[in-house]
Amino acid sequence: MSIRACLDTIAAYGLRSIGIGERLLPKRDFTLCEHFTLIGSGLLWNLYFGILAIFFGFFLANAIAMAKANRRWWLRKPAEWFIFVFRGSPLFIQFFLFYEAFVLLPKMGWDINLGFTEITVETRWLTRAWLGALIVLILNTTAYSAEIFYGALKSIPRGDIEAADAYGLTGWKRYKRIIWPTMLRLAWPAYTNEAIFLFHATTLVFFSGFPAWRQKGDALYYASYFADKTFNPFVAYPILAGYFILLTLSVITVYGAINRRLNRHLPQEKQRRLRVRPNVIR
Amino acid sequence: MFSWCTDPDTLEGLAWLSCYLTTGKHMAFYRSFGTVMVLLLVTAPVALAFGFAGAMAARSHFAPLSWLGKGYTAVVRGVPDIAFFLFFVIALDQGIEYLRHRIKCPDWSEPIRQGNDFVVCPAAKMPLSTAPQWVHETYGFALAVITFAIVFGAFAANVLYGGMRAVPRAQMETAEAYGMSRRQAFWRILVPQMWVYALPGLGNLWMILIKATPLLFLLGVEDIVYWARELGGSKTSAFTYPHPDWRLYYFLALLAFYLLLTRVSEILLDRLMARLTHGQATSGGKSTDKGLAI
Amino acid sequence: MKKLVLTAAALVMSAGMALAGSHATTVRMGTEGAYPPYNFINDAGEVDGFERELGDELCKRAGLTCEWVTNDWDSIIPNLVSGNYDTIIAGMSITPERDEVIDFTQEYIPGSPSAYVALSDDVDTTGGVIAAQTATIQAGYVADSGATLVEFATADETIAAVRNGEADAVLADKDFLAPIVAESGGELKFVGEDVVIGGGVGMGVRESDTELKAKFNAAIQSMKDDGSLNALIKKWFGEDAQTF
Repeated sequence: MSIRACLDTIAAYGLRSIGIGERLLPKRDFTLCEHFTLIGSGLLWNLYFGILAIFFGFFLANAIAMAKANRRWWLRKPAEWFIFVFRGSPLFIQFFLFYEAFVLLPKMGWDINLGFTEITVETRWLTRAWLGALIVLILNTTAYSAEIFYGALKSIPRGDIEAADAYGLTGWKRYKRIIWPTMLRLAWPAYTNEAIFLFHATTLVFFSGFPAWRQKGDALYYASYFADKTFNPFVAYPILAGYFILLTLSVITVYGAINRRLNRHLPQEKQRRLRVRPNVIR
Repeated sequence: MFSWCTDPDTLEGLAWLSCYLTTGKHMAFYRSFGTVMVLLLVTAPVALAFGFAGAMAARSHFAPLSWLGKGYTAVVRGVPDIAFFLFFVIALDQGIEYLRHRIKCPDWSEPIRQGNDFVVCPAAKMPLSTAPQWVHETYGFALAVITFAIVFGAFAANVLYGGMRAVPRAQMETAEAYGMSRRQAFWRILVPQMWVYALPGLGNLWMILIKATPLLFLLGVEDIVYWARELGGSKTSAFTYPHPDWRLYYFLALLAFYLLLTRVSEILLDRLMARLTHGQATSGGKSTDKGLAI
Repeated sequence: MKKLVLTAAALVMSAGMALAGSHATTVRMGTEGAYPPYNFINDAGEVDGFERELGDELCKRAGLTCEWVTNDWDSIIPNLVSGNYDTIIAGMSITPERDEVIDFTQEYIPGSPSAYVALSDDVDTTGGVIAAQTATIQAGYVADSGATLVEFATADETIAAVRNGEADAVLADKDFLAPIVAESGGELKFVGEDVVIGGGVGMGVRESDTELKAKFNAAIQSMKDDGSLNALIKKWFGEDAQTF
C-alpha cells in the first residue's frame, strides 16, 4: 500500500460524507487507508452536529436555567417540564418521535426575500438529518445543560450574593457581574462532560434516527459499512474509537482552556491547587 | 390467554385487543421490562466497583498502576458507548473462550484462527453448545452487564476521583496527626466523606445509565426496544393478529416507562441529596425560598 | 491470590470432565426472526416461518438436534464465525462477498428476484429516490443504479418511507414485498422490471465446518429429490413461487 495510492484515496473519499468526490463507495479489497479516510470523512458530520448543537444549546440552556430558577410559576413550570421530558427519555426515542412528526408535516415551501437574494425554506428539510436531527440534538443538549446550569445556580455561595447585595448591585447588573460568571465557573466541569456525551450522541443520528441519503453518513455509518462488507468488526470500530478518543481529548483541551480563563481571577496558589493533584495522603 | 381468544379473526374491538395484548410475544415484551430493571440494578453496583477500583488506581503512588487507572478512564470515556458495544462483546466472548481453550484443551493441535473463523475445542465453548437456551441467554446477559459496567465504571471512576479530591485536606491532616496510617486514613476518613461530593455526579450517571439501556439490543439481549420494534412493525395476514405499522404507540409506551423511571429516581436522589447537604451555606442549602438566587 | 486461581482452575477442570462425556451434537441455528415469511417470531414468541419448518426437517433428516437462536442482522456473520451459533438460516442470498468469509450449503430457494414497490406507476427507478434497508444487497444495487439511495435501519421503515412520500419507491426481496402489496388495498404496487441481484438462498456455515456443511447438503438434496422442498416453498411463498 503505497502513500501515493493512499493520497488518491483521500482525494476521492476525503469529503465523500458531504457528497464531494467519488460517488460510489469502495466495494471490495478494502485497504486500511480507505477505512481511515471514509470514517474520518464521516467524522465531519459528528463535528457539524456536535459543534452547532453545543453552540445553540448553550444560549438556550442559559435561558431555560434562568426560567427554572424563576419565582413566577408560568416561567418555572414549562422549563421544568421541558428539562424533565428531554432528560428523562432516551435520545433514540426522541429521534424516532420527531422524525415521525416531521414526515407528517405538509410539504411546503416559503420564499423569503432577503433583499439581495431570495431563498426558499421548505418543511421537507426537517426530515433530513442535517436539519431535523440537529434540532433534536439542540433540544436534548439544552435540557441537559440547563439542568447543570440550574444546579450551579443553586450552589452559588450565599456569601457571594449577599456581598453583591451589600454593594448595591441589583437586577441585570448583579446577574451579569456576579451570578452568571459564578454559575458558569461552578457548572464547567459537569458541562464539559455534557459536551463529551453530546459528541458521542451524534453517532446515533444515522444509526437509529434519520435515514442516510446517497450513502452520506457520519463516522459510525461508514464504520458499520466496512464492518458489514468485511464481516469483521475488529478493524472498523476500533478505528472509529480512535478518532473519537482524539475528538474527546480536543474537547477536554478546549474546555480546560476555557475553565482556566473562567478561574483566572482566583488566587494563583488556589489555581495551582486545582490543577495539580493535591497529595492528600502520605 | 382468555377463553375467547381461540379464533382471533372473528374478534373485534376490545375483545381483539385483549387477546392481542396477551399473546406470548407480548408476555415476552412485558418480561423484558423486568430484564431492563434487573440489568440496571445489577450493573449499578458492578460499575461502581469498577469505578472505585479505577479511581483508586488513578490516585496510586505506584506509577504504572496510576497510568492504568487514568488510561482506563480516558480511553473508555473517549469512545461512544455504541461503538464500544459493537465490537467489545464479541472480543470479550472470544477472549473468555480462548482462555478456556488454553486450560481445557492443551493437546488441541488445530489453530484457533482458521481464516475468518474462530474455532476453539468444543469443551471450551462458552457456554457449551449442548447447554439449554436459558444458559446462553444468561451468559449473554452477563456479558452485557460486564460491558455496561466497564463503560460506566470509567465515568464513575472520574466522578469518584473528583469526590476524593474534594474532601478538605485538613481532614486528612487531622487523621495524620492522630497517627493513622495511610491505609487507615483512606478507608476511615476519605471514603466515608467523599460520597457527599460524588453523589450529584453519580446520580447524573445513573440517569445516563437508564437512558443507555436501549443499546442492550446491540448486545444481543432481547430488551424492551427489541420487542417494541418487533411488535410494532406492520404485520401481514401471515400473523394471527395483522395490523399496520404501530411502532409509534409502542414507542410512546416506552417513553412513558422511561419518564416514570426517571421521575422516581429523581425523587429518591433529591431526598438523599437534601439530607446530605442540609444546612450548607449555598443558595441551594436554603432552598425553601425558591428563586432567591435571581 | 495464587490459591484462588488454583481453585478456580480445578473447578473448571472438573466441570470440563463432567461435560466431556455427554458430548452430543446440538446444532445452533441462527436466524434473524424479522423477515416474514422466511423467518419471524410468531405470536407465541417462537421462531416460525418457511425456514423454521425447513430447518427442523433438515435436522431430522441429518440426525441432528437443533436449537433456534435469533441474532441481529447486522452482526449475524461475525457471530457465526465467532462460534456463537453454527449455521445461518435467515433468507441469506449467496453473494461472492459473503462467500469469501463463510461457506454456503447448496441453495434451498432458487435465486429470488427483487422488486420495486411504489405508490404510482410513473416512478423513475434509475433516477428517482429509492429506499432500501442498510447493508442489504439491494442497497448496494441502488447505489450502483444511479438512483438516489435512502437507507433505513429496518425493512418496515423503508415501506413507511414510500407511504409518506420520503422515497419514490422501495427495492426489496419480492417474496417479502408481495404480501404487503397484496394487503395494501391497491395503495402500493409493483413498478418497473424485477431484478435478480444475489444468487439463491442457502444456509451459511463456518468455512472450517466442512462436516456440518456436507450433512446439510445431503439433507437438502434429499428434500429436493423427493419433492418435499418444492411443496414447502409453495406452501409459504404461494403457487407462483419459483421452485426447483
